[in-house]
Amino acid sequence: MSGTNSPITPDVIKSHGLTAEEYQRVLEIMGREPNLTELGIFSVMWSEHCSYKSSKKWLKTLPTTAPWVICGPGENAGVIDIGDGQAAIFKMESHNHPSFIEPYQGAATGVGGILRDVFTMGARPIANMNALRFGDPSHPKTRHLVAGVVAGIGGYGNCVGVPTVGGETNFHASYNGNILVNAMTVGVAQADRIFYSAAAGVGNPVVYVGSKTGRDGIHGATMASAEFSEDSEEKRPTVQVGDPFTEKLLIEACLELMATDCIVAIQDMGAAGLTSSSFEMASKGGLGIEMDLDAVPMREEGMTPYEIMLSESQERMLMVLKPGREGQARAVFDKWELDFAVIGRLTDTGRMVLKRHGAVVADLPIDPLAKASPEYDRPWLPGAKRPVLEPKQVPAEDPIAALKKLLTCPDLASKRWIWQQYDHMVMGDTVQRPGGDAAVVRIHNSRKGLAITTDCTPRYCLADPHEGGRQAVAEAYRNLSAVGARPLAVTDNLNFGNPEKPEIMGQIVEAIQGMGEACRSLDFPVVSGNVSLYNETNGIAILPTPTIGAVGLIEDVEKIASLPFKAAGDAIILVGETKGWLGASLYLREICDREDGAPPPVALHRERREGEFVRTMICAGDVTAVHDVSDGGILVAVAEMAMAAGIGATIEATSGLPQHAWCFGEDQGRYVMTAAASQIPVILEAARRADVTARVIGTTGGSDLTLKGVGTISVGELRELNEGWLPDFMSAPDTNT
Amino acid sequence: MKPLHAAVIVFPGSNCDRDVATALEASMGHAPAMVWHRDTELPAVDLVVVPGGFSYGDYLRCGAMAAHSPIMREVKARAAKGMPVLGICNGFQILTESGLLPGVLMRNAELKFICEDVHLRIETSDSPFTRKYNAGTVVRFPIAHAEGNYFADATTLDRLEGDGRVAFRYATPEGEISPEANPNGSARNIAGIYDETRRVLGLMPHPERLAEAVLGGTDGKAMFDGLVEALS
Repeated sequence: MSGTNSPITPDVIKSHGLTAEEYQRVLEIMGREPNLTELGIFSVMWSEHCSYKSSKKWLKTLPTTAPWVICGPGENAGVIDIGDGQAAIFKMESHNHPSFIEPYQGAATGVGGILRDVFTMGARPIANMNALRFGDPSHPKTRHLVAGVVAGIGGYGNCVGVPTVGGETNFHASYNGNILVNAMTVGVAQADRIFYSAAAGVGNPVVYVGSKTGRDGIHGATMASAEFSEDSEEKRPTVQVGDPFTEKLLIEACLELMATDCIVAIQDMGAAGLTSSSFEMASKGGLGIEMDLDAVPMREEGMTPYEIMLSESQERMLMVLKPGREGQARAVFDKWELDFAVIGRLTDTGRMVLKRHGAVVADLPIDPLAKASPEYDRPWLPGAKRPVLEPKQVPAEDPIAALKKLLTCPDLASKRWIWQQYDHMVMGDTVQRPGGDAAVVRIHNSRKGLAITTDCTPRYCLADPHEGGRQAVAEAYRNLSAVGARPLAVTDNLNFGNPEKPEIMGQIVEAIQGMGEACRSLDFPVVSGNVSLYNETNGIAILPTPTIGAVGLIEDVEKIASLPFKAAGDAIILVGETKGWLGASLYLREICDREDGAPPPVALHRERREGEFVRTMICAGDVTAVHDVSDGGILVAVAEMAMAAGIGATIEATSGLPQHAWCFGEDQGRYVMTAAASQIPVILEAARRADVTARVIGTTGGSDLTLKGVGTISVGELRELNEGWLPDFMSAPDTNT
Repeated sequence: MKPLHAAVIVFPGSNCDRDVATALEASMGHAPAMVWHRDTELPAVDLVVVPGGFSYGDYLRCGAMAAHSPIMREVKARAAKGMPVLGICNGFQILTESGLLPGVLMRNAELKFICEDVHLRIETSDSPFTRKYNAGTVVRFPIAHAEGNYFADATTLDRLEGDGRVAFRYATPEGEISPEANPNGSARNIAGIYDETRRVLGLMPHPERLAEAVLGGTDGKAMFDGLVEALS
């Protein structure tokens, strides 16, 4: 073999992120010492990012099936049946490490990557979402990171022409050195026209399409599988550069080719580029591939096999075509002015044989790399249970003053500054724009719609990863129900610290167990996902953040609910049980400067009844507005409904609880809804029959929000406070110079 | 009355082509022709729409490359013979770069992409595009752009105003033309302009995005209904 003469020293092995044991395994599999190209391939294939070696054991415990699941985890994205011969295809994926190093390109290519995961399966992407976590606003880097990430997400999504319809943004000091950028794409395909990645047909051509390969992003997957230290910014060259215009061309060209019957299998080149795409396709098909790297379209001269195989250049796809269809396929890519190259053939050897300049430069067995990658049962420690806080253990502040403070805290402040930079209306089907409980996009040419949400409450997950995992799933279920959608399935994006530390591994295990419980109980299977570990800098880990992305079905987009009050004089009804749970609450953190206490428990059996009740009320047209109760409790939920409408309300605590516990407690499984006064008996009777707690707590109207017997504040003032924080923060003079 | 035939130009980076085709079809009763950017001829149509999007990526000045595309040569030739042309968002940028309309669209004053509903005052109803609106009334259309800051020299602006060629201005919901109502820094709050014949219109806001009640409003529909009335 040629061109691969670098000696494989222990330093070289270490710099490839392989342990001594893993290298022993490499030697056994190869039966000889690998050359540098082969070592590089092992390194990326066995990286945490590509192999899920620390999490695999636990991910297998998640429920992944339901009658409506067409394809669960293991493919590029999950596929669910949404009726009428259509399927929704979706996934969420992290781009955390690159976004910290280079926020614009890191976030932009995160969007590009998740879009490809979805359209590679035959779906036209119809919506993007994103879940973002930044460090403390006072940290000198935070503003720069927010500006860069938001511009990157917008710059990519806006150009590609897929609406970015919602998401969530939180701030916490634990993300100072490791921000989280979790991007989700939802697409729609014909259920009988789903494309998979398993190669088939010995002799069939392996075709490369899209952008040319350059030297960018080499070892991105390895970089994303290690902790950061002070010198992380030196890793900037491992971040890829996105080209959304090419992505747009690639979407159109792939969908156009998919309408023919040329394609046998297709896979995007994501993390670990040509390496992972070719190995995965071959492995799933039980075949081998012989590739001529000279045929790979290259942006630069003199690229080595190592660089070609490990490049993470964006906007590239790998396909297996039916024999003799190369010409027809090439014509489509010519039309869209994209590169098209036959770079190899499928073989029956089960081996990946790579040639460059006529010589074999790598020869590896496929299955041991792809299927027999390491799987660790890492030691883990269960988290210590925190005590339950009683309301009397938490100081009672004036509720109106506390409300004002909460609505201006970074987590609750309006995120309009962010989502106004995203085109959330392109494609002409956005029924519910950002700012609601869930985004709603219509399925083109139909009355049906998909509701989409992303959720996680990291402070609960830190307090109790098991309960936090349950809560993230339950909140997603609630947000979909609150717009009137039937929750169908989940994609998860598990963001944690270093799994080699038993306490972090304990967070991972317990959060997954909690998620699994909730998903099983709510018939809400996990159909796709992504794991991002090693989110640590100098030994400090992020809050455990298992982000849940979820999709629900709406039969008629004319019959959805939204959160703004609709009219004065409507009754305000609280659904669910209120016990005044202040442990791990936002009130405790923002008003009392404490982050202690056990998080609120989720009663899954009740959660389901309540969700079904709310959906029934929405479908029947009995309610005028709906909002779930989450961060900040009832008073915040009511204030948000008032601010969105510019209509006031008068409410009264009726439970005998201390005011602060009733107003700001974060008991789970609750919704606020409004209805015409004449509907009250109907709704309360329906609640009784559904075994759901519901009571009238007030009336809409006027221009003030009044808490009876406590105080009053104008909705206009609240709105100004709520809308003001983020723009003020982003335009404040830089203190970092 | 013969039915209206329309064509929508499709650049590889157009992304509002389907949206405007949907709105046209709702008003016309049949689908418009979709014409590829490399084509050199237009079919027999009564109206051409240059839609929003990113034509060729717009990594250079927006619309600068599209202005020199094969199909735009034909669009210019037809416009010279009086065929109505509607340019929305990127389409407006392309029409200014092509010389069909004066002025230029610069980066938004705040240097950010903005997607939101804005209010527009209808400056004249005397055009095939605005005949179903009353001059002086206020409509709500969405904008979604990073380069919508209309600029032209004072002489050109005076001439546009003097000739009644300002089509829409950014306004408050009450119809007041104020700096607060201007989302992108456009000169004299200009959101859209006509050519000398008022048969070529370019505007940054998207009428096609609020042409259906379930999407949040129908103010944009009257533009397409009006075109059907005027050109059938």
